Order: sequence, then C-alpha cells, then structure tokens
Amino acid sequence: MPRPAIGATRRRRILAENLLGYILVLPAIVIILIFQFLPGFAAVYMSLFRWDIVQGAFRGLDNYQTVLVGGRAEEFWQSLSVTLTYTLITVPIEIVISLVLAYLLFQKMRGRGIYRALYFLPYITSVIAAAVIFNWLMNPSYGLFNTLLGFVGIGPQTWLDEPRGIIELIVGSFGATLPDWSPFAAGSPFHQSIFAGPSLALVGVSIYTIWHYIGFQIVIFLAGLGNISNEYYEAARLDGASERQIFTKITLPLLSPTTFFVATIATIGSLKAFNQIYAMTNGGPLETTKTLGYEIFHVFFQQGRIDLGAAMAVLLTLMILVFTVFQFRVAERRVHYG
Amino acid sequence: MKHVVLMAVAIVIAFPFYWMISTAFKSFFEATQFPPTMFPHELHFENFATAWGDAPWAGFFRNTFLIGIAVTLGELTTSVLAAYAFARLSFKGQGAIFFILLATYMIPGEATLIPNFVLVTRYLHIVDTLQVQIIPFLASVFSIFLLRQHFRSIPNELADAAEVDGAGHLRFLWSVVLPLSVPVLVTVTLITGLGVYDAFQWPLLVTNSDAVRPVQVGMAQFRTEFGAQYHLEMAAATFVIAPVVLIFLFAQRYLIQGVARTGIRG
Repeated sequence: MPRPAIGATRRRRILAENLLGYILVLPAIVIILIFQFLPGFAAVYMSLFRWDIVQGAFRGLDNYQTVLVGGRAEEFWQSLSVTLTYTLITVPIEIVISLVLAYLLFQKMRGRGIYRALYFLPYITSVIAAAVIFNWLMNPSYGLFNTLLGFVGIGPQTWLDEPRGIIELIVGSFGATLPDWSPFAAGSPFHQSIFAGPSLALVGVSIYTIWHYIGFQIVIFLAGLGNISNEYYEAARLDGASERQIFTKITLPLLSPTTFFVATIATIGSLKAFNQIYAMTNGGPLETTKTLGYEIFHVFFQQGRIDLGAAMAVLLTLMILVFTVFQFRVAERRVHYG
Repeated sequence: MKHVVLMAVAIVIAFPFYWMISTAFKSFFEATQFPPTMFPHELHFENFATAWGDAPWAGFFRNTFLIGIAVTLGELTTSVLAAYAFARLSFKGQGAIFFILLATYMIPGEATLIPNFVLVTRYLHIVDTLQVQIIPFLASVFSIFLLRQHFRSIPNELADAAEVDGAGHLRFLWSVVLPLSVPVLVTVTLITGLGVYDAFQWPLLVTNSDAVRPVQVGMAQFRTEFGAQYHLEMAAATFVIAPVVLIFLFAQRYLIQGVARTGIRG
C-alpha cells in the first residue's frame, strides 16, 4: 500500500520551512566556515609545505621534524617548558585562592556583592593596560614592589628583566650555588641549572596573571557552590559535623566537577597566553617568559616562517584539544549537576 | 576574621588600580621619587591632556567604537537568526550543520590565526582596514549556542498561539522571542563588546597605520614610545581602563551572571 500522499499545502509548508532554515543560518555559517572552521584544517595543510611568502614545495612532516628535533627544537622545547612552568605556577595558586575566597563569600554576609564585584574587576580590565600597570609596579628603579621588599630587608630586584631562577636567586643570596645540571648544552642560551626554578620575570608575569583571573574563578566557584543542595549541609550539622569537616567532607568533594572545570579552563588559558607576555616582557629576558603562544607569533610573524609557525600552532592546538575534550566532559557533568 | 581576610584581599586586588591613578596625577619627578609617595603632593590634571595629545587616541577610540558597533550588531543579528533556525525550525541537514558548529567550537584561535592572516593578506587584500577587524567576527558559535539554548526554553504554546494569529516565524521571532530574551541578548552584547575592546593580537597583526588601529594596540604602542614617562603611561592606562569599569558598574549583574552561566574565560 502506498503511503497516503501528504497534502500539497503541507508539502509547501515543509519546503518553506527548509528554505527559511537555510536562509537564517547562511550568514553565520559562511563567516564561521571561512574564518573559524576551514582555517583549522588549513593550518594542518600549511604546516606540510614550505612557505616563502607564497606556498612552496610539499615537505611532508619536515616542518615538524625541524620544530621537534631539528634546528628549532631547542627554542620549541624551551618555550614548551616555559608554558608548562607558567601553567604550574598560576593554575594551582589561582584555584586555591579563588576557592577559599568563594567559600568565604558564599556565606550570607554584608557587602558580599561589593567584594564580588571588586574581585571581578581585574578580569574585565583590558590585558594590555593592566599589564602596563604591573610593569610599573615591578619597575627595577622606581617600582613599588622593590619598596615593599625593602621593608622586609630584601634588596631591589630587576623583576621582569631578571632571567635568573628564583631558587637560584634565593640560594645565591646565601652565597651558595646550585649544581650546574641542565638539559641544554653549556654553550646554549637556555643553559641553566634544572634547580634554578622559574625566572623572576616569569614569576612577575604569573603574579599579574593570578591577579587578573581569580575574579573569574571566584564567580565560577560561587556558581558551583550554589549548585550544592542545602540538605547535605543541614544533615551534616544535625550530625554535629564541624565547619572544617563540612568543608573537607561535603563542599570539596561535591565541588570537584567545578574545580576540574576551572582547572582545565585555566590550563587552556595559560597554554594560549600571549597578550600579557607581549605587553610585559616580549618573551624575554633570555626567553625565560617566551610561552608557546608568543613563540608562534615570533616565528611566523616576526621571522616570517609561516610553515614552522603553522607546525607549532598545530602542535599547540593538539595540546589544547586534549584539555578541551576533557573540559567538555566535565562541563557536561557540571550542567547535569544541579 | 572572615572580613579581615576578604578586606585584605580586596585591598591587594584594588591596589594596582589605586597606584595607576595615583601615579597618573604625579609629576614625573614625584613619580620617580624614592621611596615612592602614597598620595600625589599636587594633582597634575594636565597629565591626562598631555598623554591624550601624545598619541592619536581620539582615532584609536573612534576605531574601537566603530568596530565594536559593527561587530556587536552584526554578530547579534547572525547569531539570533541562526539560533532561531536551530532552536525552532527543522530542515534537512540541520544536524550536520550543527555538528560543524560543535567542531568549530573545539578549534582554538591559535590554529586559525596563521591561515586567517594569510587569507586576509594574500587573497582578500583587506589588511590595514577596519573591515579586517570586523568581518571575521561577524558570527560566533558561542553566541549561537547561548541563544539557541534560550530560544528552546520558550514554551511551544506561544508559538502555536502566534501561528493561530497568522504570524510567521520572523514575526514570532521579532515580537515574541526577542522581547523574552533581553537578558541573554544583553549578556551576548556585553561579552562581544568587551571582546572587541580587548582585541589585541589580531589587530596587531593585520593593521599597521594609526588610522585604523584600535585602543589596545594604541596602548601597546604608547608604552613603547613613552614608556619612560611613567606618569603619562599611567594616565593613558587610566583612560583606557575607565570605559570598561564604567560599563561594569552599570551592568555587572549581567556580566557576572553571564560568566557564571557560560564559563568562558577570555
């Protein structure tokens, strides 16, 4: 039996709805395809060729070889190590500070909105202008940070101009030296004891970064705290749990999806770091603050090596993707939570 | 105790802003005095005028304003239309197109930067214009997702009623859906507008004349040229930061809620 034919009016309506659908999505899709979707694949394509202003010969994986083990390997691994160090300094500190502040702010109290707004303020402040303020605070000759160090009896530092590691500086102030072990050969500009720690310059950039982002983290944590049902707290109080037990046994575990979310999103942010590096240090001193985001800019824009830049960008993208997928999973749990 | 901690942190967080303003009012001599003075001895209001006159700030602000208006209106329009189609229409290939959007959401700006740079410099020939800072941003997957989610939550009864009244989809979108979506639209507008105001890397790469450069690139340029004039540098930072702080004061509820709900971190 043939199916009963759909009425002509109904068919016309379906056709019209299809057409309307295409017309409505068209403007957005065209822009997204041209500037956001296809370029993602173009980056991979470009990284397989040689580029001298225009596209050159096919090179297969040669660009990757140059970046990972060849002539550019040293600067690539240095920038990757800077990026990871920067992540390891900023992300845990941001999380601890913002978690504690969110927990304090979550309880009903006077002036809560004012505190929250104030903590959030740095996050909406333009990165370039805010970084300029921190450059001034860390000025080697006139900066306020050195004045503060002077109060506790520490001599002036050169902050963003200081390539030496902070552990090296601290040990050095006691007249000791660190063992001269380094993954980079003795003549390399990156040669530095593995115990030296992050350069003071990188610590300076990290201080700025933490200041800039904790307000964002606090808002996310506050949302997460709001998703925890009050019943758990009431039940725990009835059972005579202390505030501390409530925090460690109820708040922290139930907040863990939010914490993971904040951690991945902050990690992705630091993998991408560019603006603050550009404004504060230009990747220096001695490339100790040159993150991968800055290195890509340097290689492709300042040195004009589009091919090597594309290869590095693809590698960075793969790293970011790992965290993005992870974040998607966690985000899903976060949404289903309440 | 709690208040002591919160207050101490508030002071630490606010202090850089205070120091910026304080330095902006000092003379060069006082700004470079050691030890630094907490309050300016005299208020040098003329620093702001000097800093403003040292670089084409009016042009930088005008450019950012024009780009901001164009991007925000354009992005809002394309996103509303697309979000409506995904939320309330069904058409062939809808799933496939939506999948492209999802995939796009996973591609970070770092991957698209170099191809886009080559595209606008070698093929489209629109470098060093306002358009090059506008066109790539006329659509946003993130805004589409946010609006679509909201449009879906609008009760079907309203759509049915509109149909009975003989209103087509566009009419329904304009006179029912949009008025019900004002808070989301405000959030999208604020996030987009702030994004334009903060835009730095792309304009740095694709512009080279002051005539089209936006505020943040102007700020970075000012720092390079007048970096040793600390008081002027802080005066410039003050007027670069002031607009966002003002907007934040009026719209903080929308912004904070938007961030809490969406979890985007710029």
